Amino acid sequence: MTLSSKEYDIAIVGGGLLGAAIGYGLARLRQRVALLDDSDAAVRASRANFALVWVQSKGFGYTPYAYWTVRSSNAWAEFSALLREETGLDVAFQRPGGFHLALSEDELERRAAYINQLHGQSPDFPYHVEILDRSQVAAMLPEIGPDVVGGSYCELDGHCNSLRLYRALIKATAKHGGKYLASNRVEGIAYENRAFRISTSAGEIHAGKVVLAAGNANMHLAPMVGLEAPMRPERGQIMVTERVTPFLHYPVVTIRQTDEGTVMIGDSKEEGTTPDGLTLPINAVMASRAVRMFPLLGRLNVVRMWAGVRVMTADGFPIYDQSESCPGAFVACCHSGVTLAANHALTLAPMIAAGQLDAEVVGPFSARRFHVPKAA
Amino acid sequence: MFRRLPETTGATVTVSIDGANVEVRAGDTVAAALLAAGVHQYRASAVSGAPRAPYCMMGVCFECLVTVDGVGNRQGCLIPVREGMRIETQRGKREASR
Repeated sequence: MTLSSKEYDIAIVGGGLLGAAIGYGLARLRQRVALLDDSDAAVRASRANFALVWVQSKGFGYTPYAYWTVRSSNAWAEFSALLREETGLDVAFQRPGGFHLALSEDELERRAAYINQLHGQSPDFPYHVEILDRSQVAAMLPEIGPDVVGGSYCELDGHCNSLRLYRALIKATAKHGGKYLASNRVEGIAYENRAFRISTSAGEIHAGKVVLAAGNANMHLAPMVGLEAPMRPERGQIMVTERVTPFLHYPVVTIRQTDEGTVMIGDSKEEGTTPDGLTLPINAVMASRAVRMFPLLGRLNVVRMWAGVRVMTADGFPIYDQSESCPGAFVACCHSGVTLAANHALTLAPMIAAGQLDAEVVGPFSARRFHVPKAA
Repeated sequence: MFRRLPETTGATVTVSIDGANVEVRAGDTVAAALLAAGVHQYRASAVSGAPRAPYCMMGVCFECLVTVDGVGNRQGCLIPVREGMRIETQRGKREASR
């Protein structure tokens, strides 16, 4: 069959990190992919990400998510090597292990209780988090301030350069013939003759399959193809310092030093869907906690601050689902688009290419879980 | 590269530039004093190590960053020289500890 310029095997709705990771995974399997993105003015979760490839705390209350996260963490080294081979770009993936730091005995006790409960969820819980006292933390993070009483450490935690990750995914997708189509905001999706007709702000696209990867907008797009994606967006803020010589050799969940020397500080979780504007009292708390953790940060200039919206499903865990009424339609929603990028490209994309999600692997992330009666 | 206009007069102060004492004109900014003293590379950039020198001289471009009295990444064009000031050019990123 010859395809016209507007016909694709698979259209991915959403050109952020999630859509690009799935798009790359499909394009390398010789699928003809269109990555439909909104304009630069769109609200984008990928813009506000913190670039952690993070494990500790993941799956609290839902062990399948812990397994899924560990799987991606373990696939990341191969994934980053693959991206380098495809694009020549180094996404600066490192997995030295990472920390949560406690600034009082009370915080440390609460963290220890949380980790205890996490480990106790399942006899074969897939990762281990250690609680460390101040001297153990100081041996690895010599720049901690006097207020740090201890912390938790997980050797599977890491981070990357997420700007370069995004660039690499787009470049690798294009290398395999995938098309990134900016300013194609999807307004409607119709299922006709076992294919999808997608209306965008720039025209019409036809595809044999469609993958919804549009962050919080999935909530409105999913019902168009017989799917659902209950969401509750969450606001977060980030500040970043000037570049300095390396001093922080392990990422902390709220503070990390990037491969190019800047220090990112991001500590806020706020209700709300508008990314616009900063909330200075919240920034002040973020900065104050960061300086108590690492006093040398107090001397550094902050060069930028911004706010963004996280993609949060109703229960905080990913949704991967396929439509029964419109076969060929898939939905993917997750908060951790960086951590899970390896899974999305290497595990999820092949399932979508085959037309069937593997219930053994992603069954626990079907949106059907939202229909289980609360009493069950 | 730069010469003072012949009619320039006025008091001088002594600062150190990378450890060497230099007489500079009172009232100049650090960036202007360095240019007049013949310093053409203020820093090597933080990521690629490219040589950098002042561009705007008015606080906007952040190209004239130097270490002043032990504090890194100061904007040389915004700081007036002072007697005894220690000015150091930079190589790469600001040191995290200063």
